Order: sequence, then C-alpha cells, then structure tokens
Amino acid sequence: MPVYILKRVAYAVPVALAVSMICFLLVHLAPGDPLSLVLPADANQTTIDATKAKYGLDQPLPAQYFLWLTNVVSGDFGTSIATGRPVVSEIANALTYSLLLALIASVLGLVVGTLLGTVAGYWNGTAIDKIASAVAISGVSLPHYWLGIVLVVIFSVNLNWLPAMGAGESWSAERLKFMVLPAITLAAMPAGIITRSVRALVADTLGKEFVTALEARGLTQTQIFLHVVKNAAPTAIAVIGVQLGYLMAGSILVETVFSWPGTGLLLNTAILQRDIPLLQGTILVLALIFVALNLLVDIVQPMFDPRMKRG
Amino acid sequence: MSADTLASGNAMPLRASRGYWSGVWLRLRRDPVSMACLTVLVLIILASAFAPLIAPGDPSVGSVARRLRPVGTPGYILGTDELGRDMLTRLLFGGRMSLTMGILPVALALLIGGTLGTIAGFVGGLTNAIIMRAADILFAFPSVLLAVAIAGALGAGFVNSLVALTVVLIPPLIRVSESATTQVRSLDFVEAARASGAGAFTIIRVHILGNIMGPVLVYASSLLSVAIIMAAGLSFIGLGARPPTPEWGLMLNTLRNSIYSQPLIAALPGVMIFIVSLSFNLLSDGLRSAMDVK
Repeated sequence: MPVYILKRVAYAVPVALAVSMICFLLVHLAPGDPLSLVLPADANQTTIDATKAKYGLDQPLPAQYFLWLTNVVSGDFGTSIATGRPVVSEIANALTYSLLLALIASVLGLVVGTLLGTVAGYWNGTAIDKIASAVAISGVSLPHYWLGIVLVVIFSVNLNWLPAMGAGESWSAERLKFMVLPAITLAAMPAGIITRSVRALVADTLGKEFVTALEARGLTQTQIFLHVVKNAAPTAIAVIGVQLGYLMAGSILVETVFSWPGTGLLLNTAILQRDIPLLQGTILVLALIFVALNLLVDIVQPMFDPRMKRG
Repeated sequence: MSADTLASGNAMPLRASRGYWSGVWLRLRRDPVSMACLTVLVLIILASAFAPLIAPGDPSVGSVARRLRPVGTPGYILGTDELGRDMLTRLLFGGRMSLTMGILPVALALLIGGTLGTIAGFVGGLTNAIIMRAADILFAFPSVLLAVAIAGALGAGFVNSLVALTVVLIPPLIRVSESATTQVRSLDFVEAARASGAGAFTIIRVHILGNIMGPVLVYASSLLSVAIIMAAGLSFIGLGARPPTPEWGLMLNTLRNSIYSQPLIAALPGVMIFIVSLSFNLLSDGLRSAMDVK
C-alpha cells in the first residue's frame, strides 16, 4: 500500500477516537443523573446494579470511557429506553433504509449538480449560466424539510401520484415509489452546492493558461473540454464525498417529514422520547461513517491528482 | 484581498480602512440584487422587532371556532392556524425567535472562532496545533448531526439550541480566520511593524484584523443562511422552540397535519424561512464580489 494511504489512515484513527469520546460525553452533557438517562424509569434494583457495574458509573470518567469503548467495539451500544431492544439492532435496521435513500439522493444531486454546473461554467455569463445559478442558489437556500412538505402537497395531496409517507410493506419495486419524494427533497441542497462548486471550478479552469495553449495547438472544443474535466475532477470529488456524508446526517429532517424508517427517524424518536442511549449510538455510527467517507475522499483524490500524494 | 488594501492599510490604517469599507458599500449599492435582498431583510427584521406594535392580533390567543380559516379571510389576511390563531401575527412574532436563533449563533461563533483562529494563526506552534486539532475533531461531525447531538442531549429550549448552533459554527470560522492570519502574518509590513517596535496587540489590531476582516466577514455572512435553516430545523424536530412560542420551524411542524385542508397556510412559515435564507445567500454573494474576496 502506498505511504500516503497509510498516512491518511493513521490520521483517521485518532479522529475516530475523538469522535467516540464526544459521543461518550453526550450522556454527561445531558442534564440529570447518567444512570437515570440510560435506564427506563421502572428499572428494578438488579438492572440498576448490573448497569452500574457495566458502565463503571462509580469510577472516574476516563475509566468509564474505556469501559464504554470496550462495549461499543464489541457491538454493545446499550439498550434503547423506548423499545427495550439493543440499540445496535435498531441502528442496523434503520441504516439500510438511510443508506439507500442517501445513495439515491446523492446520485441524483451529483448528476443534476454536475450537469448544471458544467453547463453554467462553460457558458459563463450567458443566460444559461444565469438560470442555472438561480436554480442553484434556490436549492442551497431551500429549507429542505419545507420542500418535502410542498412536494407532498403537490404530488400526494393534489395529484395523488405518489405516497405521502412511510416505506411500504416490503423490499420490492413498489418501495421505490415511496423513495421518489424523499430522494428529491434530500438531493436539492447538495445539487445546489455541487452546481455552484462545479460552475466556479469549470469557469476557473477555462481561464487557465494551459487552455489557451491547447487552443493554440489547435485542439477541438471537445478535447479541450476533456482536459478541463480532468483538471476539475479532484476538487469535485472532495465536494461530492463530503456531500454524501452530509446527506446521511441531513436526512434527519427529511426522514421525519416522510416517516422514512431510517437513522434520521430513529434520531427523531430518540429526541422525542429522550432516549439517550439510542441518540448516542445513532450519532456515533453516523459520525463514524462520515469519518470513513472523508478518509475515502482523501485516498481517492490523489489518484486523480498525483501532486497531492506529496502533501 | 486587494493589493490596494495591503499597501494603504500599512501607511494610515484608520483612514485607509474607512476608505476601504465605504468603497465596499459603494460597490454593493450598485448591485440591484444585493440592495433588494438587503431591503427585504431589513423589512422582515424590523417587522419582527416591532411585531407587538404592528401585528393585528395576539400570537397566543386562538379560538376553536375559527380554526384553519383560508388565506384572505376578512380580519385574518393570511388565515388562521390549527388552533385558530392569526397566521400573520404568528409569522411576525415567529420572526423574532427564528431570526435571533439564526443570526446570534453566527455572531457568537464569529467572535469566538475568529478570536481563536487569529490567535492560532498569529502565535503558531503548539497553541496553533491545540486549537486547530480541537477544531478538526468538531469538523469530523457533519454540522447538522453535531447540532442535533448537542441540542438532543441538552434537551429542547432556546438557550440549548443557541449553544448547539454556536458550537457547530465555531470550527469553520476558526479555520478561515487561522488561514487568513497565517497568510498575512508572513507579509513584509508585519515584519516592518515588529521591527519598528509595535507590540503583538497593536500588530493584531491594526495589521492582522484590518486585513483578515474582509474574507472572514464574507465567510461568516455565508453561514447566516445555513444557520437560519438549521435553527428552524431544530425547532421542526422538537428541539429549540417549544409550543406555544411562535417560531417558523415549529409552526411548520404543528401545521403538518393541516396540509390536506389548508396546504397554503401550512406552507407559509417555510416561505418565510426560504425568503430570509435566500436573501442572506444572495447578499453574501454580493458582499463577496463587492469586497473582491476570491
């Protein structure tokens, strides 16, 4: 494995540990006795004693963190207060739904954003550019949870084309219908952000000296365009990778609007029921996915831009 | 940052900086989009601030008898909500909480993050490492998730949301002000000031702040739209404002059951959030070109 990959991985480990530390501290940030936060109100004395011993609640914080981390690494995220089921199985269940939704939304946002951005950047300053930029800034400024409600009013209430909420009975083509509106809602903001970044990138690259040189050498517009794409790719990858991570996290509001049973809805349940173990576990998993995605971007980016390997 | 600022900022900092800002204002005034957005924002902020004087009704008094009246009902121009309260009144009063919860965290984060970033960039070494690594850790969380995590652990409420949003906005401001400071610090005129006996405090106040203020302010202004959306979003999922407080995000949530009977009314609070966030975004873009920040 190249050295630069090892370096990036080595840097991601302390970051992941720090993230876990912050998630651990969430329980102590919450007002009230930690014990009462991780146990249902009607817990009997045996459960209380068992929990105290398991989390080492009478020990100093670093020791508690170490105990908690050992549990987490072995897959024990505690028990949900709301459902009484292990937090880890709740998350595993919801994660499939969220990943699928985020994946569809990011493909959608990526395709729309790249197309609009490239077109706007290539014809910089024309009417096409103005329209694309206006669409992009609206996408960035839209409160996505509101966009979801508006889409439901139009496509579910008035036109009756698509279901307003839920996820259907089982995994089948029928379920795709339930995903259309949440996916569009979720894609709006990244589509806007990607459009704006790609537009600036393409316009900037077009103004570079090497483009003038290519023109002088008699390359066709298509050939020049391919050079521009190649030069804009590394930055574009970084923007896109980060957006995917934001989508996983940002879905909390969209999933709430559409009652889509993913990690976002799980977080919403955790907040409404003050289910701290569930909140802590879900946030830890989502944040670690974000760290992993950033690592992936760091590893993939230099493959398109060898200069970065030295950095 | 133009070379012009750097050169003149060195010679006569006070007069030169006044000249720079009036130049920015002059360029901003020539941009019709920015001025339109500024007007809209000022109007909405004033209308919210003076809501008790101009609102036609009481935001918390409703009547079941006049629930969900349509837009245009005499006496209730924008209709009534699910509890029969006047929508126009609640939108006006709602702006107070929504705007405060969006703008105040950015201002606080600018103060805290800007200070930490400037110190990190100016002092360098171990201080820089500690501040920047701490920012990196907070950066490892997607911003919405971090806000939900903190507000979710602390529980619903105005102050808790304020804390959550401020913490989320601090790391990006640290990064921007640190990199701007590091760039300026190595320029010749800072060295010249040091050689002519200026203390660290004077150098930071006159030379560093004078030159990083532009880019950092532009960046902070671009966070306003995100903060407005996030703040209302927190209230939307049950953190932040609590009923019956009028707040746009919370109103959007409590009106969700009414989308079948009165879709237009149910969408109104979102329209306000959208207008404010769009205006902030466009104004920030205008400010960026007026200040000639890349």
